[in-house]
Amino acid sequence: MTGLAEKTPGAVSRAVFRICPTTGLKVNSQADALIKAHAVVATVSLLVGGIAAIGVLLTRWQAVHLLPAEWFYRILTIHGMSMLIFFIIFFEMAVLYFASAVLLNSRVATPKLGWAAFGLMVLGAVMTEVEMWRGKADVLFTSYVPLRASPAYYLGIILFAVGALVTVCIFFGTLVVARREKTYRGSVPLVTFGAMTAAIIAVITLGHGAAIYIPTFLWSIGVIGNVDPEMYRMVWWALGHSSQQINVAAMVSIWYLLGALTVGAVVLNEKISRTAFVLYILFISMASAHHLLVDPGFGPAWKVWNTSYAMYLAVLASMVHGFTVPAGMEVGQRLRGFGKGLFEWLRKAPWGDPGFSSLVFSVVVFGFVGGITGVTFGTEQINIIAHNTLRIPGHFHATVVSGTAMAFMGLTYYVIPLIFRKQVAFWPLAKIQPYLFAIGMLVFSMAMTFAGTFGVPRRHWDISFTDAPFDVQFSPAVALLIGVMALGGLLAAAGGGIYILVTVWSVFFGKPLVAGAVTGVPQGISSPPRYLPETVKTIEDENRSAWGMAPGTMVLVFVFLAAFVTYYFVNWKLLAALWRIH
Amino acid sequence: MNTGIQAPPGIWWKPAHRSEKVWVGIAFAWCMVLFAMMPLWHLKGEQNPAGLRYKVDPQRYMERTQEFITAYQVGEDNGIPVVAPPPGSEVYLVGMMWRWTPVLKLQKGATYRLHLSSMDVNHGFSLYPINANFQVVPGYDYGLKVTPTETGDLRIVCNEFCGIGHHMMVGRVIVEDSAAAPAVPAAPANGGAE
Ligand code: HEM
Ligand SMILES: [Cu+2]
Ligand SMILES: [Cu+2]
Repeated sequence: MTGLAEKTPGAVSRAVFRICPTTGLKVNSQADALIKAHAVVATVSLLVGGIAAIGVLLTRWQAVHLLPAEWFYRILTIHGMSMLIFFIIFFEMAVLYFASAVLLNSRVATPKLGWAAFGLMVLGAVMTEVEMWRGKADVLFTSYVPLRASPAYYLGIILFAVGALVTVCIFFGTLVVARREKTYRGSVPLVTFGAMTAAIIAVITLGHGAAIYIPTFLWSIGVIGNVDPEMYRMVWWALGHSSQQINVAAMVSIWYLLGALTVGAVVLNEKISRTAFVLYILFISMASAHHLLVDPGFGPAWKVWNTSYAMYLAVLASMVHGFTVPAGMEVGQRLRGFGKGLFEWLRKAPWGDPGFSSLVFSVVVFGFVGGITGVTFGTEQINIIAHNTLRIPGHFHATVVSGTAMAFMGLTYYVIPLIFRKQVAFWPLAKIQPYLFAIGMLVFSMAMTFAGTFGVPRRHWDISFTDAPFDVQFSPAVALLIGVMALGGLLAAAGGGIYILVTVWSVFFGKPLVAGAVTGVPQGISSPPRYLPETVKTIEDENRSAWGMAPGTMVLVFVFLAAFVTYYFVNWKLLAALWRIH
Repeated sequence: MNTGIQAPPGIWWKPAHRSEKVWVGIAFAWCMVLFAMMPLWHLKGEQNPAGLRYKVDPQRYMERTQEFITAYQVGEDNGIPVVAPPPGSEVYLVGMMWRWTPVLKLQKGATYRLHLSSMDVNHGFSLYPINANFQVVPGYDYGLKVTPTETGDLRIVCNEFCGIGHHMMVGRVIVEDSAAAPAVPAAPANGGAE
């Protein structure tokens, strides 16, 4: 794909652009390079976290019980940190450059500072990794005080966070530059708007991060006498969970982005989608509470108000996106001529496009498994039967892994040709990768969630309790569920491995993209979605009916609601069987 | 109509289609149900993680636990004192690396104020097999009013990572029928019992 270089006049004349032949966007070379660098480091983090995942998985699978206790907790710390923090955040920084500079045809506000921030993030991440692998930080990624890690561990995280904060500021700077230099007309696209909400949340989140890691670092070097354990938990989770809100906002933005690229998904109503994004920002600091529902530090009124993010308005936002994203895809498909009945748009969808299949899995598993379990477990009283059991990692492997990581993977299949300008290597493998990963993760997280209902603890080396003073006999179902969990996990790990193989190979040894290539190029690029002129009128006719432009999605969201209501009340029923506790 | 990667032209603040409004309305109503359930369960439900909550000096907490053990100890199990407190009493359980002290003998249908705290790091109180879970935080006393509803030989599994011995940290709670339980002198119930 030969991009033609072009110079913009005036003070910014050193900014070099190429024109993307697929999307017509003007891509700045600095944005290109920064996106590549962040994406590569994200993939390396995923590899480290993935190797750790296998160690953790094969140890929790009691039949194998691979690692000794010490290494289990060490590797679990590494898994949490490398995946949730390094992989996810490096990737998000790439998304921020993409959503600002690329989507707005703009240069990067301060590329040099961008590279400095990137360097700081890498330095911090390496420091933290070294401390964890050296066994100086066996505290799990939450590092609840008074568990203590080495000062370098906390310092590494602080450096990483400062780098991330600077990158977020550059994102805002780029938005300003683009507006001032009039590189786009009208309002910013919805995807950029979503990324903007993610960036705003990131600023608040990183503020909480400073509020907790700086005192903890000072405590670790002996400057501060002690850090209150309950305060720590509250502020740490204001960081830990708010960062999940970044992930959700980034993921939903990618949903809109992939929908547009793969099937020409339309935005049904800008007002509704944008308002829903704003709802994420308003309530984010309350997110800490659902980790503290069965803690001694807080009273019921505080817990109820905060865990619900002020009456579930953030949940409302997700339920809105859960409708508008598939509905937009449905309308896009109908405009392309797949408009028969309720579901032709799904049957005739580009299932062989890994960007598309990833998108669908991300939406469905995030919503049906991650979302429903999350709201249910985050209910003040129901948390009694969920807190720190395997139900919790079961839940978040359905949100941040099957949702966010899956969306990131899908996006990668477009980033490789659009930004790296390479063909996707091992194309047949790439096509099945989302299926392997999504189905594996689904089985894994559901088995984990069910095992948790039996009270199986999370973060636990030996649930046969061989060395304990009293025996604990789990029901035989638990061994079965753990076995299923292991199989699902291995399948997902295979999917993750293929993803890494495909991306690394494409980027470093891949064939350059040539015009007209069909293998190694997602369908959305080889034949971009085009609307048929005659369908536009039919859509408008349908628009007059009560079911609206997306009747298929209407049916799907009611199935979702039914599943939600059922799971939620089944859990109240389970809770009611407990001792009386007040 | 535009996609999410195109800058929307002109004014995009437009009324939504009815179907979209219907879904937003239903979702909103459901969110209100989700919210209302929690206060409602405080009023009508029997399982609420409210309890008494206050800061406590770990040494003071340990002293109270010792007094409690001395007052009601009935035996020993695996080197851990077994304590049979009378109904209505204040019950103290302490978590420390890596055990739960003491072993509790409770009566079905009786109500106790169960205090939880830690001497060192966070621990997790997970009552097996009924699957009731509470966070045990050093420096904080969590006083939950509990009423066992069934007899049984239960375990307390630690489900918060508390160091290398985390997996060995298992305690025990025995719930007996009140008829079968030995008569114990009723202590003056203070505070929590009612
Ligand atoms: C093939 C992929 C993966 C497998 C097989 C896997 C497996 C596991 C297992 C078995 C646990 C331990 C549960 C416990 O003992 O408490 C765990 C924890 C965790 N995983 Fe994954 N995981 C995978 C991918 C990911 C990804 C992509 C992320 C994040 C984006 C992630 C984030 C986490 C986190 C944050 C924890 C909690 C660690 C802790 O409790 O300290 N995992 N994972
Ligand atoms: Cu413990
Ligand atoms: Cu523990």
